[in-house]
Amino acid sequence: MTPVEPITGPRARHPLEERSVCQGPQSLIEIDRLSLYYVDKPAFQDVTLSINKGCITALVGPSGCGKTSFLTCLNRLTDLIAGCRVSGRIMIDDLDVMAPDTDVIQLRRRIGMIFQKPNPFPLTIRRNLVFPLREHGLRDRGQIAQTIETTLRDVGLWDEVKDRLDSPALALSGGQQQRLCIARALALLPEVLLMDEPCSALDPLSSGVVEDLIVSLRSRYTILIVTHNLTQARRIADHAALFWVQNGAGRLIEVGTAKQIFEEPRDPLTAAYVSGMRG
Amino acid sequence: MAQTLSRPQNLREWFAVALVWGAAALVTAVFCWLLGDIVWHGLSHISWTFLTAPPENAGRRGGIGPILVSTCLILGVCLTVSLPIGIGTAVLLAEFTSDHSLFGRITRRSLDVLAGVPSIVFGLFGNAFFCKTLGLGFSILSGGLTLACMVLPILIRSTEEGFRAVPTSYRLSTAALGLSRTTTIVHILLPAAVPGLLVGLVLGVGRAIAETAALIFTSGYVDRMPESLLDSGRALSIHIFDLSMNVSGGDANAYASALVLVILLLAINGTASWLATYGLQRKAVTV
Ligand SMILES: Nc1ncnc2c1ncn2[C@@H]1O[C@H](COP(=O)(O)OP(=O)(O)OP(=O)(O)O)[C@@H](O)[C@H]1O
Ligand SMILES: [Mg+2]
Repeated sequence: MTPVEPITGPRARHPLEERSVCQGPQSLIEIDRLSLYYVDKPAFQDVTLSINKGCITALVGPSGCGKTSFLTCLNRLTDLIAGCRVSGRIMIDDLDVMAPDTDVIQLRRRIGMIFQKPNPFPLTIRRNLVFPLREHGLRDRGQIAQTIETTLRDVGLWDEVKDRLDSPALALSGGQQQRLCIARALALLPEVLLMDEPCSALDPLSSGVVEDLIVSLRSRYTILIVTHNLTQARRIADHAALFWVQNGAGRLIEVGTAKQIFEEPRDPLTAAYVSGMRG
Repeated sequence: MAQTLSRPQNLREWFAVALVWGAAALVTAVFCWLLGDIVWHGLSHISWTFLTAPPENAGRRGGIGPILVSTCLILGVCLTVSLPIGIGTAVLLAEFTSDHSLFGRITRRSLDVLAGVPSIVFGLFGNAFFCKTLGLGFSILSGGLTLACMVLPILIRSTEEGFRAVPTSYRLSTAALGLSRTTTIVHILLPAAVPGLLVGLVLGVGRAIAETAALIFTSGYVDRMPESLLDSGRALSIHIFDLSMNVSGGDANAYASALVLVILLLAINGTASWLATYGLQRKAVTV
């Protein structure tokens, strides 16, 4: 297993844009017969899936089929929900995510998450980035300043906010807030990014900006993105997985390369869904 | 305001409107009359010397200097004790106890009952426990601690509500960044829960500063300048009570002291609601 890069160490960046990574796929996350129950009600059952390193994997499917629930298993955010029970196995490299002795703090540092609604803290733009960094042990002012600039540049926000880093983050536009949230996650040097409908609360223009940003993060990070926008999924994803509710629980219906899922789906449900008949 | 309401259509609506406005007018009138009476009788006696000088001749003459000091000390003890315990318990209830757990249910129920217990009962409890059992005697410390017991239920419950009003998305986003629960509570949830805390504080302090029954048995009514927290000290409300009930010819100073008490109350209320609006403004940007 590649040891987690210590956050206090040299702030090495992952290599930029190498489309090649995703062409010789190498699995990073292995999910084996994963099921999740809210008290007794199953949200999804029996999902077996492998996620390739450096790729963008899109999760699509109708509302309520368990996509968000699925994402929250990967960083154990499910721990916060009372009555939530997860069974199965998730391996990231050789880290067993569900194991009771797994350090969730380190796990969540390795796996960033972006939510549907932009959720910056009610602090200044700078404090939004500094606060998590400090809590993870980065004290060096120079490194902090450097990280702020690099991550804000990565998300294309630097030129827009460099003169008002100390104004409230909540005064930014929705699209800017969402990019700030992405920067906040990137500042912790994660390997995986979970994105739950990151564009759906944004206007088409900001949505486009965030989408381009996600594409630019490909191969530096392994990205799982939930989206209801099939054309977007088609544009940006390398792989796609379709979830569907069957017998009252979400199921993984089909998974494959984006090209295969959208152009030659094998399952009739997938075919119907991607052709928009049941969207 | 009347214009924004739809115009009453018939007699019954007229009647309903008149009733509502009448009730509001009555409440306001009672308050104004009360305030007016106190201001009318009290204002002319208030001066710098009145606020600083010690009382003379059982309070008929002189001022309320030591009494103001005692009142502030009692309030200070009360807040120093109740704020940390109150916030701590509220955090425990809101963040670490599920709604349905036995512990949570029992604690909440007890607090709600305690909030309604008459203050004289707290006074007797304070006298038995702080003055006698703990041997603190009639002292500012005993009084402040008794008030803390009295204020805590209100403070805890409204702070808890403040924590519950913070959107879950904050908790999820901090957790997703790998931040610990403690960090989240201290840096994110607590500031967002401040408005709730302030509401509890105003209600609590308002109740505490106007308290007579609970203090008579605990902090006593010595009207000398207190030298330490273990000295007995007379609170403002007790002074008013004493002047108007036990001291003939003390009415003028009783009115003046009452006016000071009302001004103190209004000042505390004003500060808190200013703080709350300020806190709410910060929160309002979130939505
Ligand atoms: N905290 C919770 N407690 C109980 N049930 C929940 C909870 N969260 C989700 N569910 C249920 O689990 C199922 C899956 O929900 P989930 O949010 O994962 O769906 P989704 O695919 O993300 O939907 P959408 O596309 O609308 O976001 C739904 O039936 C939902 O009602
Ligand atoms: Mg969802």
